[in-house]
Amino acid sequence: MSQAAMKRIYSMPESLKDTSNHYCPGCGHSVVHRILAEVLDEMGLRERTIGVAPVGCAVLAYNYFNFDMVEAPHGRALAVATGIKRVQPDKLVLTYQGDGDLAAIGTAETIHAANRGEKISTVFINNAIYGMTGGQMAPTTIEGLWSTTTPGGRDLDRDGYPIDISRMLAVCPRTVYIERCAITSPKNIRRAKRAIRKSFEIQMKGLGFSLVEILSPCPTNWKMSPKEAWMWIEKVLERTYPLGVIKDLTESGDGG
Amino acid sequence: MPSERMLMRGAHVVGEAAVRAGCRCYFGYPITPQNELPEYLSSRLAEVGGTFIQAESEVASINMVIGASAAGARVMTSSSSPGISLKQEGISYLCGQELPAVIVNMMRGGPGLGNIAPSQADYFQATRGGGHGDYRLPVLAPSGCQELAELTFLAFELADTYRNPVMLVGDGLMGQMMEPVVFPDPIDPKDLPPKDWILDGCKGRPPRAIYSLFLEPPVLYQHNLHLQGKYDRIAAKEVRFEHYQTEGAEVVVVAYGTASRIAKGAVNRLRREGLPVGLFRPITLWPFPKEALRQMAQNGIKIAVFELSLGQLVEDVILTVGARSEIYFHGIPGGPIPTPAEVEDYIRSVMSGDGRVGRRVEV
Ligand SMILES: Cc1ncc(C[n+]2csc(CCOP(=O)(O)OP(=O)(O)O)c2C)c(N)n1
Ligand code: SF4
Repeated sequence: MSQAAMKRIYSMPESLKDTSNHYCPGCGHSVVHRILAEVLDEMGLRERTIGVAPVGCAVLAYNYFNFDMVEAPHGRALAVATGIKRVQPDKLVLTYQGDGDLAAIGTAETIHAANRGEKISTVFINNAIYGMTGGQMAPTTIEGLWSTTTPGGRDLDRDGYPIDISRMLAVCPRTVYIERCAITSPKNIRRAKRAIRKSFEIQMKGLGFSLVEILSPCPTNWKMSPKEAWMWIEKVLERTYPLGVIKDLTESGDGG
Repeated sequence: MPSERMLMRGAHVVGEAAVRAGCRCYFGYPITPQNELPEYLSSRLAEVGGTFIQAESEVASINMVIGASAAGARVMTSSSSPGISLKQEGISYLCGQELPAVIVNMMRGGPGLGNIAPSQADYFQATRGGGHGDYRLPVLAPSGCQELAELTFLAFELADTYRNPVMLVGDGLMGQMMEPVVFPDPIDPKDLPPKDWILDGCKGRPPRAIYSLFLEPPVLYQHNLHLQGKYDRIAAKEVRFEHYQTEGAEVVVVAYGTASRIAKGAVNRLRREGLPVGLFRPITLWPFPKEALRQMAQNGIKIAVFELSLGQLVEDVILTVGARSEIYFHGIPGGPIPTPAEVEDYIRSVMSGDGRVGRRVEV
């Protein structure tokens, strides 16, 4: 094969800093960082983006993303993002949040930002566990799943039901688009990337709030190999959290 | 040009002064006795194209403040005691992230739900850092409408100068009182000096990150020393206080805010009788006016602390004055507003040493 015919098939997106990250092998955060960065590159939005990092395993996201970022207190990313977006309405403002951040301590901030219809995009990493603090029960932990604070597995009587925050948000009139994705296969990764792109497009068109939930492996705290973790998402986790578009007002035409 | 004289309610004065100081963002959650402030700003900010959000909680409000400040705006939130408690985590983050903001606390009676009457029981919370970590923030204590206007301006200036939150404390009495005010020159936010640290998209420059996480102990150590250096500069440069009739006084009342207004009335009455009494009024509660108070104490006068709380301000006085002067204390909790006559009685009692009102503090 001649030099000229060689095709570049891998390069670092400009929206990611050229540095190694601290995520565990097989962790979903790395994959989602990458596709999010690719979307920003493709849309030419890197220099117009302001990101909000959560408290959770992605707390250091500002070390990896190559655009302006602020760290929010645990759970408050959407309140912080609201403040940013109201001051810089022409920027792409995104939050990147785990399930504890978005659906436990930050539930009120999440619901109210969505319900106000803030023109913000949220990437919601659902790994059904508290990664950063070492594997405690998350609001999204499914029935029977072992965690360090549910030793016999989540017990619905004792611990309540896993929360499906994406469906709850779909009820709010001003959420424009909500989709649940996974990153368990190249096909699913492409789907997740398309969803993120759509969310950013919705924001740049000024249509309102959108959220992409991504079922994401935490092999470390699930005590599985990366491969087992992907399979477990497909076989088990997706039963509680089925993939697909949960709400899309852009299709029905009332996205404004 | 400064404004004409206007007769305005205290809470509205703070709102109007904020807008004239270039504040274009307000986030808050209703709580008595400060609702007149957000109510005023809800329409006033709309007039100037600003942002007003009635948030879902005080926690959300202070975090919206973090976002708006990081994005470069002059931003304010206000609340009253229980709501200020909820904001503490955010205030700690503002300090750690070095973000300017103005926080107004119209203090009410506590602990718990307490009541809505005037109180100064959040002195410790305000001056000792009610949130976590080694931080400080300037605390301004106006005592009337003109000062509410001037100190609101000053709060925004200090916040931007030092990249630090600033707290303004008053109470329901101050929010409700009507007095004439002349506002300083209005500031167009566009004329404010540009900030070279804000988040506005990394066009033509490397990306910026605003955070307070420093996992490496030596780095957090350095960050804290850096913050401390800033607090030392504030403590050296930003002390404000008022001497009132302290010249030749044998008893000097130390009081701030609403308590100082009442004390001033008492001092006036006693001075008319020819008694040598005066008032020393801290305007910055932090930094506390240590030098000025210490100088006065060296003359061997009696210091009579008067506060609408049960022994908070007096601790700063003790730390400052030590055994140089006799220190007396009289505190009122829970909201009954004492009359100048009661404070007059306290001062007379201190003067004669009869122990009827208040008590001598052993140092
Ligand atoms: C106010 C507060 N409470 C608790 C914590 C501790 N904490 C840090 S991250 C976290 C949960 C993280 O879980 P999640 O949001 O699901 O993110 P993940 O780490 O799984 O990506 C908790 C409880 C904190 N930092 N601040
Ligand atoms: S603990 Fe889990 S979520 Fe955190 S980095 Fe490791 S695999 Fe990822």
